[in-house]
Amino acid sequence: MNGASQPNIVAMGGFVLFIGLSLVITWMAARRTKSTEHFFAAGRTITGTQNGLALAGDYMSAASFLGIAGLVSLSGFDGLIYSIGFLVGWPVVMFLIAEPLRNLGKYTFTDVVAFRLKQTPVRVASAFGGLAVVAFYLIAQMVGAGNLIRLLFGLPYETAVIIVGVVMLAYVLFGGMLATTWVQIVKAVLLLGGAFMLAMLVLLRFSMNPLALFDAAAQRYGEAVLAPGRLVSDPLDAISLGIALMFGTAGLPHILMRFYTVPDAKTARVSVSVATAAIGAFYLLTFILGFGAMVLVGQDAIRAVDAGGNMAAPLLAEVVGGQAFLGFIAAVAFATILAVVAGLTLAGAAALSHDIWVSVVRGGHATEREQFVLARASTVLLAIASIVLGIAFKGQNVAYMVGLAFAIAASANFPALILSIFWRGFTTRGAQFSMIVGTVSSLLLIYLSPAIQIDILKAESAWFPLRNPGLITIPLSFAVGIVVSLVSPEPEAARRFSEVEQRIHFGD
Amino acid sequence: MVSFPPVSSASDQLRALDAARWRIAISLTAAMTVIYVAFILLIAYAKPLLATRIAPGLSLGILLGVLVIFAAWLLILVYVRWANRHYDTALAALRRDSDAK
Repeated sequence: MNGASQPNIVAMGGFVLFIGLSLVITWMAARRTKSTEHFFAAGRTITGTQNGLALAGDYMSAASFLGIAGLVSLSGFDGLIYSIGFLVGWPVVMFLIAEPLRNLGKYTFTDVVAFRLKQTPVRVASAFGGLAVVAFYLIAQMVGAGNLIRLLFGLPYETAVIIVGVVMLAYVLFGGMLATTWVQIVKAVLLLGGAFMLAMLVLLRFSMNPLALFDAAAQRYGEAVLAPGRLVSDPLDAISLGIALMFGTAGLPHILMRFYTVPDAKTARVSVSVATAAIGAFYLLTFILGFGAMVLVGQDAIRAVDAGGNMAAPLLAEVVGGQAFLGFIAAVAFATILAVVAGLTLAGAAALSHDIWVSVVRGGHATEREQFVLARASTVLLAIASIVLGIAFKGQNVAYMVGLAFAIAASANFPALILSIFWRGFTTRGAQFSMIVGTVSSLLLIYLSPAIQIDILKAESAWFPLRNPGLITIPLSFAVGIVVSLVSPEPEAARRFSEVEQRIHFGD
Repeated sequence: MVSFPPVSSASDQLRALDAARWRIAISLTAAMTVIYVAFILLIAYAKPLLATRIAPGLSLGILLGVLVIFAAWLLILVYVRWANRHYDTALAALRRDSDAK
């Protein structure tokens, strides 16, 4: 193992080659869509399969590839809880959210919540929650990307994070508009292909039998790696994490946004089927990648490069496929991060400039030019914040960090979205309080959790015992939404519910 | 086909379809939640059970984990088949009726 200290020219060359290649493909694809249709109007003509792959691309972030493989390689079975939890959110999206969302909204999920309520208060509250989700998602991507650049080019982690932040900023500022559906499709295919190749190379060494691989892991590190263990030693912790993962997907702003790129509800249905098939297949591969890294790279070697285990998959690529393959896998992982960060930053910038500045500060009146400048300023602001936070969260596992983003999404957005679709009595105040209490309570409990207090601030103990706050904050947000709605009835909103009932099925 | 009594009005038919849609959606969501939460509860409270070895290299926990992923796929398949066959047809009929008027 040459690890982080010995950057290799073949790996670097492969990395640069594949990043360049994927950017060219993306650019060409994006240019073609631009010439056939208006860039944004083309949105509603995306096919179900294309959108399904784009959803999968958006969803399979650094957390899935780097984080889960790392967690499985270090903790065995416990890491698989993330694989499974990230997937079971999709049926929930399919059954409860996808079709009503497409039929009721225009551009964002906030349209659905605000449909029969007062626009401004709902938009402010939802921008607030959206930004919190985006921030945690961004931190995770930065930690992943920083480690990757450090591993590949031998730079100190902090320098790597700053470089990554600046590259991403440039990418979003100058190429942001290209970073749409096609980026995600190209990336999803690359990631699935890369993970599949890596898994096959691993299995070749175990006569194509996953059980032989798992058995080898058990023989080297003990039977315990095949069973739940340290990572979920507290039962409530396991339940809290599980619930947050399951209901978080249905509250992620950048995922929900994708349902507006298709023409109708039926296509939205096809999208989720394709996305779930692709994502499920990918997560089954993470079983093999994780245990493969555990056996072929070894836990000590993985930990030596990054305490969070995030470099398990690239290190595994180096062992089974040599330096060139490491370069390829690192490029795929980096492209993944770039694409997800571009989407997240744009979603965050939209929340800052459109929902908060234009709707609230300027009372809905802002010139095109002003919005343009603001969107870019917000992007810079978000990039600086993500660099600072990325450095602060050094050594955290990225799948765990994304788990926190899911907890915020499940508490801030999911309850308000569900209540606005299902419940006649839901009111503006109810939505506002549910989203704000959901966001603030989950941020507060994350701050008081062992991950921040003990791991980062080096305190002796943490006030809040759970590492993921979902178990408390999701029911709290539902309860607040219901109780506040009951004490502040809004006859107009209730009257307009019949419109919702009609549009859920027929669209506009 | 979802069949409606011929005398019912369009709004009654929509209401019936709405009820059917939510019944399916909520049952399937409940099924997914029960399967997944049961799995999480086993992880939380029955660690030794999940550590049971079924074959060399295969613990009950890993097997159940794979099955949860398959269950998610299966439930989505059930929903898509229902929606394509019944929901879309009934919705198209309702649309035709309202256009005809």
